[in-house]
Amino acid sequence: MSDVFVLGVDMIKFGRFPDRTVPDLGAEAALLALDDAGLNINDMEAFYCGNLGQANAMVGQRILQEIGQTGIPVVNCSNACATGATAFREAWTSIKAGLYDVVLAVGVEQMGSGLLGGAGAGKGIPKEGLLGSGTMPAVFAEAGMEHARNYGTTFEQFAKISVKNHHHSTMNPKARYQIETPLDEVMNAEMISYPNTKLMCSVNVDGAAAAILVSEKKAKELGMARAVKVRASILTSDPYQERDLVMPDVNSCTRKAAKEAYEMAGLGADDIDLVELHDCFATAEMLHYENLGLCGDGEAGRMIDEGEVELGGRIPVNVSGGLLSKGHPLGATGIANIYEVCTHLRGEAGERQVENARIGMTHVIGLGSACGIHILEKT
Amino acid sequence: MALPVVDYLKLPENGDPFLEGHKCSKCDAMFLGERKVCSSCFSRGSLEAVKLNNTGKLYSYSIVCRSFPGIDVPYISAIVDLDGGGTVKGNLIDVEPDPEKIKFDMPVEIIFDDALGRKDAEGNSYISYFFKPIS
Repeated sequence: MSDVFVLGVDMIKFGRFPDRTVPDLGAEAALLALDDAGLNINDMEAFYCGNLGQANAMVGQRILQEIGQTGIPVVNCSNACATGATAFREAWTSIKAGLYDVVLAVGVEQMGSGLLGGAGAGKGIPKEGLLGSGTMPAVFAEAGMEHARNYGTTFEQFAKISVKNHHHSTMNPKARYQIETPLDEVMNAEMISYPNTKLMCSVNVDGAAAAILVSEKKAKELGMARAVKVRASILTSDPYQERDLVMPDVNSCTRKAAKEAYEMAGLGADDIDLVELHDCFATAEMLHYENLGLCGDGEAGRMIDEGEVELGGRIPVNVSGGLLSKGHPLGATGIANIYEVCTHLRGEAGERQVENARIGMTHVIGLGSACGIHILEKT
Repeated sequence: MALPVVDYLKLPENGDPFLEGHKCSKCDAMFLGERKVCSSCFSRGSLEAVKLNNTGKLYSYSIVCRSFPGIDVPYISAIVDLDGGGTVKGNLIDVEPDPEKIKFDMPVEIIFDDALGRKDAEGNSYISYFFKPIS
């Protein structure tokens, strides 16, 4: 099976674009990625498109209506917040299978505002606020409080994650916000669901990101100079856990995916130079330091206290600003974090560049649950 | 007559309300609601209805300060491990919504009561369950 390379990758600056459409945002990202690869839409042999909000509305085909109806196969993917990573992985799979040499993957989303989560009326009466909460801030707060019960993790430690990611975003012109948020400001922001304050919740934004994946043969033909090698591509669902039914599990699917990704890449956590992980809430990021093996169980609080996960630290996490400040356009996130890692591996990340970055990891979680992990290597 | 808020809340004609689990006779996994195959050990036909205990311990929680429009806040969204097996989620009541007042593993009991006055489109009332600390 051929190795697979990212030849072109880009994202639009995340923001609020109420006057634009989903296909329009996706088309812009696709053209940026094509330009980055020095290719055109008629070079693409297949197209995997990730979008959640219009999953039944042929977003991929509508993007091609804007940038070129070449008649290639289009697959529209939806997998909660792992949607973009799933589209990317389907593109990777198709090259691995030997079907194609050049494939386009796009992730795109236009978001509403306010709380996400199951209002969950179903039949009968609404259950929100009656049988606990199905809102995302509460669900991830409960997952964080499980860490607190096990290891004594504090509100302040969770808040420090938000301070770090907001700081990182001040160096990322494509992030939604470039604003420092000191610790007292994070902790005193409106409490949404303890221990997650408003500044510890990801930002609802519109966004799009795209990647051009190619076979080794094609990469050699077109030039390897800026190509990034995909060392591992893994997707898992949530294995059975005893509290599954009331506590969506983001841990076991991540641990399973991380183990499989390290095995596929023939690498360990010590080999990773930077990580973009799924900080949909500050409480979530804390869990994934351990889930991804960046530290031992119970050491996540120490990781944030000692600055190991900051730019310049032992293993920088979410130097893009993460979902907390770059923003979280659900279907785009999984490709946007691949863009971020590739940008560092290419040495093109400017002020926030992780020095000598050679290998990076991306991670997303779609609650329900799906986990997508990619390990990428500089060529 | 009031209806149960979820299928796993049972309102027997003679007797007290209770929560019902389905337990796998092969691997002891416990589920809320019926299913054909055990999702833990994949056995078929191994699930049996069991009455869940009305007492348990607080496993995790969040204090919900902002919810959807029309939902009263703050309230405590609690995850409780029941004595004898099964985990359920619901509102923890009669405790101040203050992290200092909420202790992991605090013993709680399930009480059954009207579903905060909520009615469905046909005007039916509902019985729900709540967690209350055992003092």
